[in-house]
Amino acid sequence: MPSRIVAGIRGIGHRVVDSVWRLGYASRFFMLTLLKSGTSLRRFGLIIREVYFTGVLSLIIIIVSGLFVGMVLGLQGYETLQKYGAESAVGTMVALSLVRELGPVVAALLFASRAGSAITAEIGLMKATEQLAAMEMMAVDPIARVVAPRFWAGVISMPFLAAMFSAVGVFGGYMVAVVLIGVDEGSFWSQMQGAVDFRYDIVNGIIKTCVFGVAVTAIAVFEGYDASPTAEGVSGATTRTVVTSSLAILGLDFILTSFMFRGMS
Amino acid sequence: MQRATMDLWVGVFVMAGIGALLVLALKVGNMGTYSAADSYTLIGNFENIGGLKVRAPVKSAGVVVGRVADIQFSTETFDALVTMSIDSRYKFPKDTFASILTSGLIGEQYIGLAAGGDDAVLKGGDKIMKTNSAMVLEELIGRFLFDKASENKSSDTDLSGTSGKK
Repeated sequence: MPSRIVAGIRGIGHRVVDSVWRLGYASRFFMLTLLKSGTSLRRFGLIIREVYFTGVLSLIIIIVSGLFVGMVLGLQGYETLQKYGAESAVGTMVALSLVRELGPVVAALLFASRAGSAITAEIGLMKATEQLAAMEMMAVDPIARVVAPRFWAGVISMPFLAAMFSAVGVFGGYMVAVVLIGVDEGSFWSQMQGAVDFRYDIVNGIIKTCVFGVAVTAIAVFEGYDASPTAEGVSGATTRTVVTSSLAILGLDFILTSFMFRGMS
Repeated sequence: MQRATMDLWVGVFVMAGIGALLVLALKVGNMGTYSAADSYTLIGNFENIGGLKVRAPVKSAGVVVGRVADIQFSTETFDALVTMSIDSRYKFPKDTFASILTSGLIGEQYIGLAAGGDDAVLKGGDKIMKTNSAMVLEELIGRFLFDKASENKSSDTDLSGTSGKK
């Protein structure tokens, strides 16, 4: 019996040591990516190629989801607000929830599952087919050539995608509330403009998306680089990317919100 | 894919992203209606600010002319020190009257500026001398009840007085 308890404690310890080691490895990898990104920033064509794959190809899903999220917010907001006779505040509700929370968070979640998983699978497969090793043989640093451009492309794309998500979402809310239901157009926009502050709401939202962009792409490139070079390993790494980055987005969002909007009216 | 097409699409993507940011800033946010770039500050001491918050509007004749920039408690005069940033397009006379008002019965509170007749205008950092505190509902109700009670009392004594005469 005591030996079983000891084995259980040993299991916990093993897992803790393992995850701490992995966290340290990931941070060292992140630092290395930043240090070696000079080459890729000088050869900007590499980054543009990756912006096309991570950003431009994610546009459809971002715009369609943004439109539908905004439309649902308009419907639900109207349903609730009209009970209190405040249906003209529906624009404020749609805009504030999109700009502060839903825009950055949902866009980042979609970005993680659309682009993050693709980055992990691509780098993982490169590793499995020994392309990364071949690069090293040719004295080409795979971190500078493969990892850094993908990382910077994700960091650049994320704020633009989230801004488009929010803008399209506000338009969706406008379509439902004003065009379909018939809320007064003037008060819809003027109440929204009165409530949404550029510095506090929009800039804070942009800061959030930048943080999410760094977190998602850093996790994606690390998981790809760290994947076991087998089919199973690549699939596991792709799953881990989506799960870890989704949890990281939600956790970081709570931390950022508690710092940004503390004591706000 | 061709390099040129890819560059084109990335260019379109970046421009659309910047466009979305501009839409958010100008159409959704308050950048289009009021910019804090060219403004001057006025200070006012209020006995009680009620529920006034930072960023609340400062209005004159119903038009938004500025925002509340900062609210602090002054330990010298033991009242609230409110800093307002006013759009520099609008100048107010020295004897302007500032009062804290409420939009609607339970709406948000704002500062209303009523211009006086002085020739000299308020400059940046000046203090508004005449201020009027926020209306606090509890105090109002308390005063009302007190008045009612004293009214009843006086009418009671009146009654007893008349009955005594009879």
